[in-house]
Amino acid sequence: MKVGVVTFPGSNSDVDALNALSVAGVDPITLWHESPDLQGVSAVILPGGFAYGDYLRAGVIARFSPVMRGVSEFAAAGGHVLGICNGFQVLAEAGLVPGALLRNRSLRFACRMVAIKPERLDSPFTRAATGRPIHIPIAHGEGCYYADEATLDELERDGQVLFRYVRGDGTPALDPDDPANPNGSLRAIAGVCNAAGNVAGLMPHPERMSESILGSDDGMQLIRSLVESAMEWEAAGRPASAKAAAAVEARR
Amino acid sequence: MSEFRYAVNVLPKPGILDPQGRAVELSLPHLNVTNVSRVRVGRRAELTVTADSEAEARQVVESLAKELLSNPLIEAYAIELLEATSSTDSTKTTLA
Repeated sequence: MKVGVVTFPGSNSDVDALNALSVAGVDPITLWHESPDLQGVSAVILPGGFAYGDYLRAGVIARFSPVMRGVSEFAAAGGHVLGICNGFQVLAEAGLVPGALLRNRSLRFACRMVAIKPERLDSPFTRAATGRPIHIPIAHGEGCYYADEATLDELERDGQVLFRYVRGDGTPALDPDDPANPNGSLRAIAGVCNAAGNVAGLMPHPERMSESILGSDDGMQLIRSLVESAMEWEAAGRPASAKAAAAVEARR
Repeated sequence: MSEFRYAVNVLPKPGILDPQGRAVELSLPHLNVTNVSRVRVGRRAELTVTADSEAEARQVVESLAKELLSNPLIEAYAIELLEATSSTDSTKTTLA
């Protein structure tokens, strides 16, 4: 099974993502930003970095690149897409996941370890997680999750909040000024998914904690979740999720 | 055909946290400025559109402002016409 990792000009975590996928036992392939052809992959990762220099707003220029046409169609057909860090910003700008990522509240580029906790273990992106806090790094200047209050309520109601930043005791760092909330994200949101549940984004980097030689393999819980979901989707004959198609169609 | 030069001013919407504006505001005491408040920092883009009419040109700018230059979830934009140049008689009207 092949899983694709998109390389935009300025991506810098694509090789880490390719490596994490190898560790998970699948064939990782690079998808170049200039082609909308996804080469028959079973899932897609949009990696971290600074696509197109993050000019104008992080992720906005990448959103209009040819590969994103392919990614949107793939998502509409029910395929799984995971955006990590800059990849999350691209998905948010493309409207494939709800909300926006604002400048960190501190105005500082934040590069350190954080703890996040999956809100649910029955999603395609968390099914292989233990449910305990996951310790993985962040590296971003624009990671402050924002959506208006009504949208936030909706996301919580519909189970679209996948990860929250948590404190040492495992409780969510809901106060935007809590040091355990590294960027001031509203309701401590570190990751969300679309309404159909097949497209997700998060700011922290699971692919950078993929082997014990890197300090830990905590992030593999999420990479393995993606791989398992993609395998199941392939085994079921790539079922088109009507819900996924409707969600992407509504954006157009 | 004429050329129309526009400016698109993009600002964070009211109520949206603007850490840049806040940082500027926090620097004011260092300049001994005490009567300035509510600083918001945004972005300005200037561009020229070639079109038959101002209405047609403005449509292009509107859609760019909405799709690309701003994120409507968090930012508001305002469009200013700066200059209109008719290529037939090469008269130039500077508006701002």
